[in-house]
Amino acid sequence: MGGLLKSSIARKVAMALSAFFLMFFLLQHFAINLTSIFPNNGATFNELSHFMGTNPLVQYALQPVLIFGVVFHFVMGFILEIKNKNARAVKYAKNNGGANSTWMSRNMIYSGLFILIFIVIHFIDFWFPEINTKFIKGDWTGMHNGELRYFHELQHKFTAAWRVALYCVGFVFLGLHLLHGFNSAFQSVGANNKYTNGLKTFGKIYAIAIPAGFVIIALFHFFNQSH
Amino acid sequence: MNLTLKIWRQKSSADKGQMIEYKVSEISEHMSFLEMMDVLNEQLIAEGDEPVAFDHDCREGICGMCSMYINGEAHGPDRGVTTCQLHMRMFKDGDTITIEPFRAKAFPVIKDLVVDRTAFDRIQHAGGYISVNTSGNTQDANAIPIAKEAADEAMDAATCIGCGACVATCKNASAMLFVGAKVSQYALLPQGQVEAADRVMAMVNQMDLEGFGNCTNTGACEIECPKGISLENIARMNREYLKASLKG
Repeated sequence: MGGLLKSSIARKVAMALSAFFLMFFLLQHFAINLTSIFPNNGATFNELSHFMGTNPLVQYALQPVLIFGVVFHFVMGFILEIKNKNARAVKYAKNNGGANSTWMSRNMIYSGLFILIFIVIHFIDFWFPEINTKFIKGDWTGMHNGELRYFHELQHKFTAAWRVALYCVGFVFLGLHLLHGFNSAFQSVGANNKYTNGLKTFGKIYAIAIPAGFVIIALFHFFNQSH
Repeated sequence: MNLTLKIWRQKSSADKGQMIEYKVSEISEHMSFLEMMDVLNEQLIAEGDEPVAFDHDCREGICGMCSMYINGEAHGPDRGVTTCQLHMRMFKDGDTITIEPFRAKAFPVIKDLVVDRTAFDRIQHAGGYISVNTSGNTQDANAIPIAKEAADEAMDAATCIGCGACVATCKNASAMLFVGAKVSQYALLPQGQVEAADRVMAMVNQMDLEGFGNCTNTGACEIECPKGISLENIARMNREYLKASLKG
């Protein structure tokens, strides 16, 4: 990762900054997904998706930053995990981790791994076909059978129960990851002050409400189509 | 009370080491943990066995020498105490107690429960001090006004005894609570601010060279620290480091 990220604190800060970006991205992703349950048969969702999918700033500036942010966060996360494991060559015969820290904080690598699996599936489901349509086939119209295709694509992915279940489990792990990660990112950039307690409460709300919101949206579409 | 002890025995740094089981009886609940260890060692010596080597000095929670990992926690199950201040009343008759050395690549085992914590000394040597040049007109420290809040926070950071419980407890064997406390105690006071940027860069660099892991903010160190050193000190170190890096 170069000399810039050699020191332990620089790596910590880099993890936190990529986390901030991803948390902000998650929020806007949620806001757009939420419009898919508006009672206008996906009209708002289609419009916003078409804007995000065709706007040059989003496609050529924000999208590459997002891909870099995701890849960086995972790669650096794994590098740090390996380095940290090596810092204790002989393990304890008895270790009572639960006495002094939360399960979430000790298992970020596992919640992160499950999120990675989820993202791979999510990319296969949505992102790769999208890239194929636009960049390989060169179709930027967003149209299918005479109407914008995004809402139908979303609905189609929420028909199989196993896929919806996997989607929901993915967000449970994301919630667990955020329950530690949200405030950990602030601590890493040195923000620990009189606002920290309030921020911790806000972090918990964010970590539970946003993934729960994604789950509710998925279940809404699943049950709406199953009868 | 009667206890079963599972203790890590290792002849030297080159030895592989293993857990060995011992029985001790008639242990008073008023004894300190180290006194219980003394009883065991008396017993071992009487039986012609090698006593268990463990670090200790002041036995009043100030020196930071005692360093055992007891039942999966640094300095045992009590809070705000070192092993020498841990009382046997924290255990029950018939208990099995697992006793291990502090584990970290940067704290190699010397013998049994004794580990080499000179990595902390080298971090201190790198910048954990202020240069006092006695030119003859050095200002009286008491004449420099310091905000009460800053003085209190510096004092809280300075209570770190460098025992290494933070490293032992951390799942990553990170030394950031120790270094954070040392950086903070100087960064908060005018005398320390002159060399603040060089200090934080040098101490963090030495910490990384020693092979400690990276902090992932689990907060375990703060809970297990016998002196209650707060995570705020790690945040302050991060800020100081960022400030110093940006300055160049």
